Amino acid sequence: MTDWTSALTGDERIIFTLRSLYARYGYMPYRMSKFEEYDLYGKNKEFLVSDSVIAFTDVGGKLMALKPDVTLSIVKNTRDGDGHKLYYNENVYRVPKGAHAFREIMQVGLECIGELTQCDICEVLWLAANSLDAILPDFVLDVSHLGLTAAALDSLSVADDVRDSLLKCIGEKNTHEIAALCSESGAPEEKKNALLELISVSSPAAEAIAELEALAEVFGARDAVEELKRTLRVFDGSGFEDRIHVDASVISDMNYYNGIVFKGFLRGAPGSVLSGGQYDRLMKKMKRSSKAIGFAVYLDMLERLYDDAQPFDADLMLICPPDTDPAVLRRTLDRLIGEGKTVRTAEKVDPEFRAKSVAKLENGEVIPLE
Amino acid sequence: MNDFLNVALPKGRLGEKSYEIFARAGFPCDALLEPGRRLIFENEDAGVRYFWVKPSDVAIYVERGAADIGVAGKDILLEYEPDVYELRDLGIGKCRMAVAAPAGFRDDTRRTLRVATKFARIASRYYASIGREIDIVHLNGSIEIAPILGLTDVIVDIVETGTTLRENNLEVRDTVVPISARLIANKASMKFKTDAIEKIAREIVKGGSV
Repeated sequence: MTDWTSALTGDERIIFTLRSLYARYGYMPYRMSKFEEYDLYGKNKEFLVSDSVIAFTDVGGKLMALKPDVTLSIVKNTRDGDGHKLYYNENVYRVPKGAHAFREIMQVGLECIGELTQCDICEVLWLAANSLDAILPDFVLDVSHLGLTAAALDSLSVADDVRDSLLKCIGEKNTHEIAALCSESGAPEEKKNALLELISVSSPAAEAIAELEALAEVFGARDAVEELKRTLRVFDGSGFEDRIHVDASVISDMNYYNGIVFKGFLRGAPGSVLSGGQYDRLMKKMKRSSKAIGFAVYLDMLERLYDDAQPFDADLMLICPPDTDPAVLRRTLDRLIGEGKTVRTAEKVDPEFRAKSVAKLENGEVIPLE
Repeated sequence: MNDFLNVALPKGRLGEKSYEIFARAGFPCDALLEPGRRLIFENEDAGVRYFWVKPSDVAIYVERGAADIGVAGKDILLEYEPDVYELRDLGIGKCRMAVAAPAGFRDDTRRTLRVATKFARIASRYYASIGREIDIVHLNGSIEIAPILGLTDVIVDIVETGTTLRENNLEVRDTVVPISARLIANKASMKFKTDAIEKIAREIVKGGSV
């Protein structure tokens, strides 16, 4: 059987590895059109990473968009009430944060939609960790529970705009501004201090859970911490324990997400390369009765991680004079390629082309050149 | 390169003050303050490497992981909203983002207010919060002359002492937000160089800089 791996680029290798991982866990491939009705994104702009969408009018006059996101389409196009375990690799089109132009971004991910049992949530988290491990074993998966974050914010009894600012500060681990906002808005001192403690939690799950259990009492969030604790048990004895961190600064838009949320980091990549969570609230907004959890791996973040550069462009540069007999050339190439060599033919030596060796085809013979 | 803690410092007085805080916190690199045009300095013993960069670029270096930590003004963080952790308020480089107008200016609310600024996002957010319709004129410098020449009605800009405003017959009308220098960290670096970054953040607090 032909070994294709040497012909694959770094991101192709990752895509195939992840697809194979998800398929082994019974997830089904999901293919979709590049286009979607614009209205879907217009109604759910906050769910998108950026609110810029490439829109166009199709032949029937309908306003369409090049897909900026996959999850919304999957939710829209799958039948409600049924259980779905799906994976995809799709290009999305959006303006990345901090950029000034649209980019085509390859995204690989999975969605688990349905009743959503504890086992489903554990499985998705397990697959997220395995996805990172398959790309680079030097990873950290940060996990949190939005129920805990919401309870902490509720306990402060602050106005909605202050609450929004506090949520942003939690994501930035911005303790000085949290302290200032809480003081200005008269939040109870005990709750403020507990919130500051909460966002300083960032350690392997075994250590962090004990800290969270104490804080859960202050915020009345015992259920959320219990669920987080139960979910993280999927990693017991896995060898991943040190790489799974509980970090309360992992946040997502609470209008769409609830429950477990997570972000994955790889050494050498400047930001999170994997992002996911439970999004029952999005399902509800889209009038679906099912629950759902999923994640995406952003391949654009991985470009700099793998080095596809080869020292040579081919094993051999074969110089063929203009009068070379085509049948002789074909037979020679068949033989060389059959021996496992990569061969570039040229009429004369191309100094830009990096070949391991150079040879000349003369009277049917391959004569090495200096 | 990766074993070092890479620190982006803003060129100029704020960067020098920031470096003093880092040095006091146990991360000295005296060569940094020597005159010359070098931009990168290392102290192998302390495991730290400093870069001088343009103040408005610090957040970009940190967000994209070229620097693990850096010192950036709150104005830059509010304007560009980089995806970074904001770990400490260093309490230096204190100033404010303010609305300034020619002395005696009276806001005619029947008209769209024309605002000159380098900080379009901060200005838009501020006026949205008070429900005032504005027309932003984005300028890159000499903002103060915009109202004098009738280009705009007011400006939104950083005010330190107010001397430049006074010399141009402008006065502060409102404070948009107080500004100071912040210690920021790359989100991925925080996972993989946790000890070094937390040590700096802790030492900065101990050193009484905040």
